[in-house]
Amino acid sequence: MPKVAVVQYPGSNCDLDALEVLQKIVKTRTDLVWHRDLKKDEYDGYVLPGGFSYGDYLRAGAIAATSPSLKTIREAAEKNKPVLGICNGFQILVEAGLLPGAVLRNTGLRFVCKWTRLRVENNKTAFTSLAKKGQTLNIPIAHNEGRYYLDKDGLAQLERNQQIVLRYVDENNQPSEEANPNGSLDNIAGICNPQGNVMGLMPHPERSSIPTFSPNNKAEGRLIFDSMIRTMGAR
Amino acid sequence: MSPGSNYTVEVIVENKPLARDPEGETIHRNLILKGGYAQVTKVRAGKLLRMSVDAASREDARQLVRNLCDELRIYNPAAHVCQVRLVD
Repeated sequence: MPKVAVVQYPGSNCDLDALEVLQKIVKTRTDLVWHRDLKKDEYDGYVLPGGFSYGDYLRAGAIAATSPSLKTIREAAEKNKPVLGICNGFQILVEAGLLPGAVLRNTGLRFVCKWTRLRVENNKTAFTSLAKKGQTLNIPIAHNEGRYYLDKDGLAQLERNQQIVLRYVDENNQPSEEANPNGSLDNIAGICNPQGNVMGLMPHPERSSIPTFSPNNKAEGRLIFDSMIRTMGAR
Repeated sequence: MSPGSNYTVEVIVENKPLARDPEGETIHRNLILKGGYAQVTKVRAGKLLRMSVDAASREDARQLVRNLCDELRIYNPAAHVCQVRLVD
């Protein structure tokens, strides 16, 4: 049975939520691992949770990105194991160079905490394989720095490689300006590496994996974890 | 060892010109223009790090800080520009 590590950094605060969902809802063997203790690639998959690692000092994720744990995670990624960065975890993956671009302060200059509607743009990743292309998922966001940014050439390359996995969309499933909560380039909510085994997203699937916690009484964030576990089992 | 001394070096990190800077825009629009300073045509907000550096010369101090900014990713080259300057 595959085993997952939720990697804890000083200032992580969604680590226990991710752990709980993986252990009790998805029912997968999962350890909470302090980042300094992650010296060897002993797991089948990794989750970098949300929070405010190192107080978001310098830039969100910038200091955690220098943690030796990233060496292990990079090795795992090169072996095609799934690596999922949620919110601050996404920022860490970007700052560590495992994913391209930057995650900047929201254009509204406010911390935004709300439910968002996401459209699955690519279902050939380790985290969306159970979704249909174009399917929408309701998953909440909670961040101050979530504005995904990349230069024009970089964006064209992302598009070409189908690395845009999730976009914020409105009720008509269109990536409109109104649906964009933070000013992200092209309404981007989540991206992956060209291989599709490393994904970062600003929304929190661990907060929408139990029906009771969701306004629509569904657990649409679970699909991300279920897909990840299925990918690990199939490896 | 050469006499050397301690130099002050400042690092300024700001968004690339094409990456919007809502903080600078807000300061400009809601404070500066509203306050009657129409001569100010643009504001960019950024981050300043002031470092005290032991080095053999001014140029060594500047170069050391430039290197550390690039090596330790004090800025994210995807979105930021980083300026290093000596303070007298």
